[in-house]
Amino acid sequence: MQRSLPLGLCFIMGILMIIQFFSPHPISQQFFDTIIKWIRIISAFALVLGVRSISLRHIEAVKRRKSGFVYSIFTLLALVITAVLGLVFGIGPKAPIRTIFNNILVPLGATMFSILAFYMASAAYRAFRARTFEATLLLISAFIVMLGMVPIGNWISPHFPAIAEWILSVPNMAAKRGILFGVALGVIATSLKIILGIERGWLGGRR
Amino acid sequence: MNISLDIWTWISALLTLFIFSFLYGDNPFYKFAEHIFVGVSVGYTIAITWHNFLYPDLIIPLFKQGNLINLIPAFLGILYFSVFFKNLSWMIRIPIGFVLGYGSGVAIPAIFQANIIRQIQGSLLTPKLLERTDLLIASIISLFGIVCTIIYFFFSREQKGVSKIMAKCGIIFLMIGFGASFGFTVMARVSLLLGRLQFLLRDWLGLIR
Repeated sequence: MQRSLPLGLCFIMGILMIIQFFSPHPISQQFFDTIIKWIRIISAFALVLGVRSISLRHIEAVKRRKSGFVYSIFTLLALVITAVLGLVFGIGPKAPIRTIFNNILVPLGATMFSILAFYMASAAYRAFRARTFEATLLLISAFIVMLGMVPIGNWISPHFPAIAEWILSVPNMAAKRGILFGVALGVIATSLKIILGIERGWLGGRR
Repeated sequence: MNISLDIWTWISALLTLFIFSFLYGDNPFYKFAEHIFVGVSVGYTIAITWHNFLYPDLIIPLFKQGNLINLIPAFLGILYFSVFFKNLSWMIRIPIGFVLGYGSGVAIPAIFQANIIRQIQGSLLTPKLLERTDLLIASIISLFGIVCTIIYFFFSREQKGVSKIMAKCGIIFLMIGFGASFGFTVMARVSLLLGRLQFLLRDWLGLIR
């Protein structure tokens, strides 16, 4: 019961979802729309577990005065203030949470990703030393694509943007498609294993 | 120089500088901004989840329209909390099984159609390509590259003779592809960096227009 019920539910849901994909009947479409709503509701409940986990971790850090506990206070404050403002005043275009989103979340996210440019450049310096033929290819390809995307590339030679475009759309696409076939077959095989109950890692434990 | 007097611009600018300070090394300013980012992200997700999913999909249908069928996902969702009770903790498998079955069932035909059928259709040589020589050459190279890349990843038989040569060609395509992807990603990051610098110099300090 403890294992067969979830496995059975997983099997039924998997088969139903495969069948509905091939059925254009309105009842099938309605069923799919209902299930999507259900999945959103169920996932929303799962969020509670995540919020509880992160809150407990920081509350614990504050309680035990662990090193850097002051930052945990900031995390908890930011979490509570944002959540309360969002829940009370809504998420409309003029709601306070939009101001927080535009002036805190977006700049912080963009800056976090932008500093990766420096680390990628430093990693590239170490990794791209043209020691082998393959490494040289990697280096040249990256160099042309980068140069083809900035005005200086066009200034050096008007052919650079066209070559960069060609690299991206022909050899790059070929390699990506080759990898994509493998990934797709892997996803399908894993999904089938889950539906048929061959892959049971998600059940966890032994009971 | 026309420094902004808007408090939110100042907050954005200072938080941006705090994150940039990590380039010098880990420091309290960076840690502060990082923790604020985590807290605000979680708080924002809570608000969005409530207003976009729980309220319109569960609360309104259940309490305002009397649609009792929504008790099923609510019950399945509540089963997530069974993990807090030792004797009932196995019940968390029920919503996980439901979501996993849904995800797997949807993935099989969708992935097959989008990542296999459509990609094969896009790779095939069609009579239309004969109208333009450059497109035909590009398509032939592309098709050759795809076949070579797949052969490179085919480990069920020892690669020797023609398959070894094709696998070598596959590596060439892969390396060009990885290089191009790297270059593309770096440029995307640099674009973000320029955006932040533009914000600091234009919106905050008013040094540029």
